[in-house]
Amino acid sequence: MAEYVPKYQGTVTKYVFVESPLLTAKDLAVKAYEISAGVMIKETCFGLQVTGKPEEVESLVEAIRAFDPTHIFIKDRGFPPGDERRCRANLGGARPGYLGHEFEMQRVRYISHGLARVAGMDTGEIEEAAARRPDEERAHPLDLKKLKELIEAEEP
Amino acid sequence: MVKVFIYPATSLILSDMVARFGHEPLGSAIGIRERIQTPGFESPPLQITPEEPKKGLKWAAVEVPSGVRGRMAVYGPLIEEAEAAIIIKDPDYAFGCMGCARTNELIQFHLRNKGIPVLDVAYPTSDEEGVGFVAALKEFLTGLETEGSA
Repeated sequence: MAEYVPKYQGTVTKYVFVESPLLTAKDLAVKAYEISAGVMIKETCFGLQVTGKPEEVESLVEAIRAFDPTHIFIKDRGFPPGDERRCRANLGGARPGYLGHEFEMQRVRYISHGLARVAGMDTGEIEEAAARRPDEERAHPLDLKKLKELIEAEEP
Repeated sequence: MVKVFIYPATSLILSDMVARFGHEPLGSAIGIRERIQTPGFESPPLQITPEEPKKGLKWAAVEVPSGVRGRMAVYGPLIEEAEAAIIIKDPDYAFGCMGCARTNELIQFHLRNKGIPVLDVAYPTSDEEGVGFVAALKEFLTGLETEGSA
């Protein structure tokens, strides 16, 4: 096995997704470049990938989020941008792993709506809204009586 | 700041919500980044070496397939670090081979067995459910802060 020397050692990479009626990925990239202060930014179809030292990236993504707080979503990424093991330029064909993003991006409009509404609520109203969730969402551990019945019903 | 394990571990929504409400999300990216950023012997594509199934023995029995143990070597340390967890019930996209399916079950088992605060939610399918989803997460995550500071 070859000796492995990581690229961009000591850095973190974050995905920035934008799903906004007021801000496109390109607008966001331009705004991000203006305040990047040396942090590496890669513009993508869904938003940006930001790579740099942890503290620099943290302050940059917080500033980016402020442009449209309810419509910008951020998560960590393990690989730096353009990594040969993950980049489709080297692999050929579509890059695996975007299925989850595609699925969740169909749901973020509800989250944006929720964030906008919850921002104006006080503690009591938040508690009330949280309690209105469908009952089946909550964990229901198996009832002990039911478990006993199941054990007893087991045939030899 | 509390370390919150998110399931599915690749979730954008959960990762964002946890960070937005002031805590640290623990997911796949953290485990993978640790391997990608560590110099040593190259073991593409994820720097996961034949040693991982041995490390995974801490969280999965020896008769469990090595693929599950290898995956648990990535997730196990994160679960041990976790001080709280958020679990999305039956996420449509978190399917995969039996290795992935069994690892998902093991992750949830370890999280529930650990005795840390766990919040169960489901993906919202309407604006109203979105409000409930965000409110539940905010209530849970704000509560963690209060518990931590007490």
